Amino acid sequence: MLKLIGKSLVAFALVLSAKSYASLEIVITDGVDSARPVAIVPFKFEGNTLPNQRIADIVSADLMRSGKFNPIAVTRMPQQPTNSKEIDYQRWMKQGVEAVVTGTIREVGVNRYAVRFELVDVFKGASGGGSSSAIIGGQLTTGLTHILDARETTISGDQFRQYAHRISDIVYEKLTGERGAFLTKIAYVLVRDKADFKYQLVVADYDGENEQVLLRAKEPLMSPAWSPDGTKLAYVTFEKRQSQIYIQDIYTGRRSILTSFKGINGAPKWSPDGRKMAMVLSKDGNAEVYVMDIATKALTKLTNHRRIDTEPNWSPDGSKLIFSSERGGNPQIYSVNIASGVTERVTFEGEMNLAASYTPDGSGIVMVNRTNGQYNIARMDVESRYMQVLTRTYLDESPSIAPNGSMIIYSTLYGSSQVLALVSMDGRFKARLPAANGRVKSPAWSPFL
Amino acid sequence: MNLNKVLKGLLVAVPVLTLAACSSTDEVAATDANTGANTNQVVEQGLSAEELLRQQLEALRQDNTIYFDFDQSAIRSEFASVLEAHAAFLRARTNITVTVEGHTDARGTPEYNIALGERRGQAVTQYLANLGVAAGQMSVVSYGEEKPAVEGNDESAFSKNRRAVLVY
Repeated sequence: MLKLIGKSLVAFALVLSAKSYASLEIVITDGVDSARPVAIVPFKFEGNTLPNQRIADIVSADLMRSGKFNPIAVTRMPQQPTNSKEIDYQRWMKQGVEAVVTGTIREVGVNRYAVRFELVDVFKGASGGGSSSAIIGGQLTTGLTHILDARETTISGDQFRQYAHRISDIVYEKLTGERGAFLTKIAYVLVRDKADFKYQLVVADYDGENEQVLLRAKEPLMSPAWSPDGTKLAYVTFEKRQSQIYIQDIYTGRRSILTSFKGINGAPKWSPDGRKMAMVLSKDGNAEVYVMDIATKALTKLTNHRRIDTEPNWSPDGSKLIFSSERGGNPQIYSVNIASGVTERVTFEGEMNLAASYTPDGSGIVMVNRTNGQYNIARMDVESRYMQVLTRTYLDESPSIAPNGSMIIYSTLYGSSQVLALVSMDGRFKARLPAANGRVKSPAWSPFL
Repeated sequence: MNLNKVLKGLLVAVPVLTLAACSSTDEVAATDANTGANTNQVVEQGLSAEELLRQQLEALRQDNTIYFDFDQSAIRSEFASVLEAHAAFLRARTNITVTVEGHTDARGTPEYNIALGERRGQAVTQYLANLGVAAGQMSVVSYGEEKPAVEGNDESAFSKNRRAVLVY
């Protein structure tokens, strides 16, 4: 009988719809003076049914949000060429524009569009006509060096947004040498105080578009973490008046319980190979860091201290975990070698350091730093231990790094509400992502998808 | 939630439903009326005990929250009498269980606060255990900073959110 009552009271619902609930917007709060001027010329459309997404606008917004580029307004463009041959390089030079993207969209069938674009280097185009000869592999090749990339692809009407992000990735990589992260997603928890199902687990494109609610619950949802292949999320629920770690497939919606021990079941983080889960359990009476083999559920206990140990996170090679520990008094960051168990203190600056994660290249550690009572996002160089506080917002928490290491998304307080915010890895570019409807927390940036 | 209460509620509800459903058939109604009467007697006796329990729980729920200092889990002396009242009740009612919910203010990270909230909950159960409450009657769940009692981000809100709540 109790089981039946329990079942009828289960306070969650699986929802697999693309309905938008939070509607994140991006407000840039701190631009970068040195952002490179570029121009994304509106693509010329040839056909009858105009697509409802404007590629040039999406690419411009992507590049601006990277903090590295300053796409000029259409009204400041000296001309609107549709391909590289039409470009008057001297006029773009005068405008100080480094690179121009031109393109055309041709309607080639029902709901089929051929999209062609070119990425052009203005300085190379202006000096010497742009062709060069070189001996490559014993053969003389002639190429147009001012054209950095040119592609044509046929897409359907609902693929415009995605393909625009793809163009952004190509432009970003050609101009910076670093892989773009415009086709990634973020997971976050939306809290709507007045709603019946107050807590929602949401996945959206990195720019807040295409929101999809994965789970709605009456009790708190915490700590979403992506599997390295980007198909699953681990997270924490309180459905049964206790914390439990679940794994849910984003595409099928199917979910399974991973842990339900007495006490804390929290802070799940997938290993880089996807086979293990770092987590915090307090089944022995005290919050300790564990690693679980996901297939066998075998546990390895990595900390053993009467003070709090929490927030484990993997080194990029999977050999170490960094975690927060109170063992020295206030919480600081420590690392533990998984094979040997050797533990070292990592941070010494600031009143507290919490929620640490390695940058993808392993050269830095991003964390929440408390100095003079202020909780801000900071980055520490692993080798020199130089610590730089990156943000000036209030009550910052839950930092999560873009897979290309360019940007950190985190949760902060703005006005009286929790919102998501972005800061570039050098701290120079800052933006806020206010939600139209509710408080937003626990962001997790996906891997490359 | 008090499962005992739910079960007793069902015991009362079931005979009433049976009576109502069968009232059109005299034969069956008679048998059921008997059963119903018997059940009612049992429930009748149970009700006064139930009523006493209800009143006791009501009183305890009026004063069920322990507040903490920032980043601390030590029980302040002003809460000794509250905890003694809960302990006396639990010692006398060994079939009753209590869940201690641990909470924190919004400062610090969610994961750290889950651990801090648990430590607060454990400080309460340890205190009750020292007063003779059986460990099996108590459990702790930490919600960290996820379920603030009061919205707001100043010290007056923070101080009301750093708490442990005894829930029956």
